[in-house]
Amino acid sequence: METSLPPVGAVDADHLAPGAPLVLARNVQKHFGAVKVLKGIDLAVQKGEVLCIIGPSGSGKSTFLRCINQLERIDGGALFVSGERVGFRQVGNQLHELDDKAIARQRRSIGMVFQRFNLFPHLTATQNIIEGPVQVLKQPAAQARERAHALLERVGLADKRDAYPSQLSGGQQQRVAIARSLAMQPELLLFDEPTSALDPELVAEVLLVMRDLALTGMTMIVVTHELGFARDVGHRVAFMDQGQIVELGPSQAILTEPKEARTRAFIKAVRH
Amino acid sequence: MNTDPDNLVIVPRRHYGRLIGAALVLLALAAIVHAFVVGQIEWSYVGRFLTVRTIMEGLANTIVMAILAMVLGLALGVLFAIMRLSANPVLSTTALGYIWFFRAIPVLLQLLLWYNLALVFPTIGIPGIASWKTVDAMTPFVAALLGLGIQQGAFTAEVVRAGLLSVDQGQYEAAQTLGMTRLQLLRRIIMPQAMRVIVPPVGNEFIGMVKLTSLASVVQFAEVLHSAQSIYYANSRVIELLLVAAFWYLIVVTVLSLIQGRVEAYFERGVARSPGR
Ligand SMILES: Nc1ncnc2c1ncn2[C@@H]1O[C@H](COP(=O)(O)OP(=O)(O)OP(=O)(O)O)[C@@H](O)[C@H]1O
Ligand SMILES: [Mg+2]
Repeated sequence: METSLPPVGAVDADHLAPGAPLVLARNVQKHFGAVKVLKGIDLAVQKGEVLCIIGPSGSGKSTFLRCINQLERIDGGALFVSGERVGFRQVGNQLHELDDKAIARQRRSIGMVFQRFNLFPHLTATQNIIEGPVQVLKQPAAQARERAHALLERVGLADKRDAYPSQLSGGQQQRVAIARSLAMQPELLLFDEPTSALDPELVAEVLLVMRDLALTGMTMIVVTHELGFARDVGHRVAFMDQGQIVELGPSQAILTEPKEARTRAFIKAVRH
Repeated sequence: MNTDPDNLVIVPRRHYGRLIGAALVLLALAAIVHAFVVGQIEWSYVGRFLTVRTIMEGLANTIVMAILAMVLGLALGVLFAIMRLSANPVLSTTALGYIWFFRAIPVLLQLLLWYNLALVFPTIGIPGIASWKTVDAMTPFVAALLGLGIQQGAFTAEVVRAGLLSVDQGQYEAAQTLGMTRLQLLRRIIMPQAMRVIVPPVGNEFIGMVKLTSLASVVQFAEVLHSAQSIYYANSRVIELLLVAAFWYLIVVTVLSLIQGRVEAYFERGVARSPGR
């Protein structure tokens, strides 16, 4: 399916208009020391869209995701989520850097699922899930626990409520991690190679949960090497190389008849 | 000769080395016990003074001081460890200075400095709000608590810092992603995991602290060694009373070691270990 998008690099007012993109990146740049890792990313992601990002190792996919929820700070350009400028507050014609508290607040509505799960090992599955709602959103514990159990059921782990992460398989841990993100009722979910650390037979169970999530209309940006998932679940695919988006379009088109030679070469390499 | 491989007799491995070692150790122990029995020690005095009031009060003071100084040390240690790892250069440099200074000065010297603070500052307090004469404020108890607690904080800060650094970076990121502030994530996510690394050395330091309290006798704090001394100044039963004090240190440290094991087990939860550990 095609979603209609404003032209990349649209002016400021565009992202405030109704139907504006949930995520808008304009000329986003990031460097580590002298190494330019993101060389001007322009991108708009609509509400309810699933965007898959593919590309070779070191092309800046993780860095871009991490900029969106401020695990990294951008060095140039602008990022907007829900029309709010990421990391800054606009006062007149000045941009004020946000303090710790305000950054934490912006992160609340953005969930992230990591390659290495990063569950809290000293907490059970349920405790992992209620930690954010109770500590950050100040939900009553009983209500949060009820929701956590429902989420565990949704990811097929109703019987693992009281298991510690060390007692779960990789696939089960990743599903708990997804439930943990969902408990915050995010507007946007970021996935950074969520199945790359899994044994091949466990990949499918995680991808199924992600597909169901996409069907509920969750906005998702998914960095992945699973081209099948990108084709079947992703609405659009972006191919990144050397800190730039080389090609962006409907997933079917990008994956079956890429225009750029680099994209073609990458897809061919991953398929084999 | 029976060579049927199914009918061979198993002879357990003989640990001759262990047997010889055990014999030597027992022999040495017997010699030491014998020496103390025939030595000039009136064991009846040891028994008689073991539970006298002065000793009991000294013991209570030792335990209370060890706990309070350790609590102060832990609080300062956590505070300065977090400051040291802060991105704020003012905080991290302050922490570095504190750790540098209070680790460098010998404990005995620090105790004497606190106790004699009145020589430098005749009065202390908050200007314009309250002030006290330092001689009155700096009782043996206060001097001992400050001297022991503050230096302990410098050592504990390094232990806590090692613990914080032992927690995987992904844990910080996962907690940040949930929208936790720095203090929230340290308290809820990082510290509980760091405790696994922190508890064993802190238990060790606590045991050290129990024994360090004996130094507080130089500032007239009536801990158990000070009590024993005050008795033998009167009756000259020096060795007997030192043995009384030694007995109580052994008891306190033994109890602490047992508690340490329990605490360690608590913070191991969620961590898979092979059963043969
Ligand atoms: N904290 C950092 N300090 C210095 N360089 C970094 C840092 N993080 C990433 N880089 C560099 O930035 C580049 C992009 O890294 P990034 O992790 O975004 O790539 P990626 O596309 O996610 O790759 P992969 O598929 O291997 O995960 C790499 O060259 C990497 O070495
Ligand atoms: Mg990556």
